[in-house]
Amino acid sequence: MGQTRPVADPCEILDVEGVCVTLSGRQILDNVTFGVRAGEFTGLIGSNGAGKTTLLRVILGLQRPSAGTISVAGAPRTRRNQSIGYVPQKVVLDPDMPLRARDLVGLGIDGHRFGLPVPSKKRREAVDEMLHAVDAERFADSRVGNLSGGEQQRVLIAHALIGRPRLLLLDEPLANLDLKSGQEVVSLLDRIADEQQIAILLSAHEMNPLLPSMDRIVYLAGGRAASGTTDEVVRDEVLSALYGHEVHVHTLHGRILVVAGPTEEAALTPDSTLRAI
Amino acid sequence: MHFVFEPGFFSSHPVHVAFIVGSIVAVVSAVVGVFTVMRGQSFAGHSLADVSTAGGSGALLIGLNPLLGFVAGGVAGAGAMEMIGVRRARGRDLATGIVLGASIGLAALFLYLGTTRSSTTGASQQILFGSIFSTDSSTVPIVVVFSVVCLGIIAFVRRPLLLSSVSTDIAAARGVPLRLVGLLYMLALALAVGLSSLAIGAILSTALLIGPAAIALRLTNRIGWAMVAACVIGVVATLLGVLLAYDSYDWNSRHAAWPVSFFIVVIIFLLYLSTELPLVRTVVARRREEGACLQDS
Repeated sequence: MGQTRPVADPCEILDVEGVCVTLSGRQILDNVTFGVRAGEFTGLIGSNGAGKTTLLRVILGLQRPSAGTISVAGAPRTRRNQSIGYVPQKVVLDPDMPLRARDLVGLGIDGHRFGLPVPSKKRREAVDEMLHAVDAERFADSRVGNLSGGEQQRVLIAHALIGRPRLLLLDEPLANLDLKSGQEVVSLLDRIADEQQIAILLSAHEMNPLLPSMDRIVYLAGGRAASGTTDEVVRDEVLSALYGHEVHVHTLHGRILVVAGPTEEAALTPDSTLRAI
Repeated sequence: MHFVFEPGFFSSHPVHVAFIVGSIVAVVSAVVGVFTVMRGQSFAGHSLADVSTAGGSGALLIGLNPLLGFVAGGVAGAGAMEMIGVRRARGRDLATGIVLGASIGLAALFLYLGTTRSSTTGASQQILFGSIFSTDSSTVPIVVVFSVVCLGIIAFVRRPLLLSSVSTDIAAARGVPLRLVGLLYMLALALAVGLSSLAIGAILSTALLIGPAAIALRLTNRIGWAMVAACVIGVVATLLGVLLAYDSYDWNSRHAAWPVSFFIVVIIFLLYLSTELPLVRTVVARRREEGACLQDS
C-alpha cells in the first residue's frame, strides 16, 4: 500500500514495517507500513475505529503486534523508550488535583522515578524553558485542572517534550478543542517539529485542520494504511483501493472532502463522516 | 486557664500517650489521605477500614494487640481486593463490596464472642470507635514502626504514584510498573487505616484519612504544601479532640467523658464546612490568583 521509501534513511526516526494486530479475533491493523522522519509533521488520519489508537499503542510498546516490526531511531523499539514522547487521548485533569502546570511539566523529567525528588536549579530552568517553548508561562502556576482545553494540551505537550524525545505521538489532541485553540496547537507543533528536529505523529479524524502544517499523511481505513504526501495519498484511486469501494476526493473552499461514490448520488460529507455504502 | 486545661491534664499518663499516638497517626493519615483524595479512592479507604474491623476484633478475641489485627486485616483486604477484580472498574467495585460484606460479618461474630466469653464489655466501643485513652504505652513503638514503613512507602512511590494519578496511559508509556505502584500504595493505605482505627476507631478512621486532606487540597495548589497543611489540620483536630474529651469529664454530674473520636470527627467536619463559607472561598481564590500573577511578573 505505502509509497516506496529509501530503506536506510538516516533521518528516519520511526519505521513501521508490516504491522498486524488481531484483537479477540478481529483484525484491527493489516500490514501497516510507513515511516516518519526528523522534523516532519505527519498526520495519522482515519475515522473512529480505523485503528489509530491501536497503532499508537503498538508504537509505544503497550500493545504487542501479531506480526511486523517497529524501529525507533534506527533501533528496535524497547519498553521504557525515552526517545518517544506521548500525549494520550482524553486526559482528564481533575480540578481537585493540587498540581500546577509547572509541576506536570516537571513530572515529564522524573515522574517515572522512585524515591524522593532532589530539587535542583537545572531542573527548574529546564521546566521554565519548556513552559516558554509552548507559550505556557502565563498559566504556569495555575492548577492544570482549571485550565482550558487548549492550555491543558500545551502543558501536556511540554510534559511530553521535556524528556527530549526524538518522536512525539499525539492521540486526537484536537478532539475537544474549539477551532482557534486547535489551530494554535497545530502551529505550535509545526514550529516545534522544525526547531527541535523531532518527528511528530498526530492522530485525527479530520484532516482539514492539519492541511497547512502536515508534511506527510498516513491514511488509515479498515485497518490498512496508505502513506505519503497529501497529494500522493488523498486521491480517488488510492483511497478507493484502501476502502475497498469507490470513493471520490473533492476540494471545496480549500477543504478536502472524501465522499463515497458515485458522486452524483452521494451527498457531500466531510471525510470524518464517511461510512461504507 | 483551668477552664481550658482541666487540673491534671498535663500530668496524666493516658493523655501523654494519647498526644503521642494521636499526633503520629494524624500525620500518617494526612500524608496518605492527600493521595487517597486525589485518586478518588476514599471508598477503598473506607472499605479497608471495614476489613480492619474484622482484624482488630479478631486480635482482641485471641488476646493480641488490636493494632496488629487492624493492620493485618487491612493488608489482607487490600491484597484480596487487588487479586479478585483488578481487570475492570466494575469488577473492582464488586470485589470491594463482597470483601467488605464478608469482613463486617466476621467482625460481628468476633465482637459477639468477645463480649460473651470475656469480661471486656467495651470491646465493640474500643474497636469500632477508638481507644486512644486506653492505649497501652507498649503500643507506641509498634505505632512508630508502622508509621515509618507507611511514610517510607509513600516517599518511595511518590512520583510514579502522582504520574499514574494524572494519567495511567502516560505512566504506562513511560514504563511505570502500574501494578507494583498500585499495590504499594494500597499497602500504605492499609497501614494508615490501621493506625487511624487505633486512634479513633475502625468506623471513623476514614474521617481522619480523608477530612484533613480534603480541606488542604482546597487551600493550596502545591502537593507538598497540601501534605503539610493536611498534617497540621489533622494534628490540631486530634489534639483538640483529646483535650475536649478530657474536659468533658466534668461537663455532667455523672462524670462520663465523651469519646475522643466524636470530638475529632466534629472538628474536622466543621473545618471542612468552613472552607465552603463565601469569605474563606474568596480569600483562597484571591491568594491563588496572586500566586499565579507573582510568578508572571
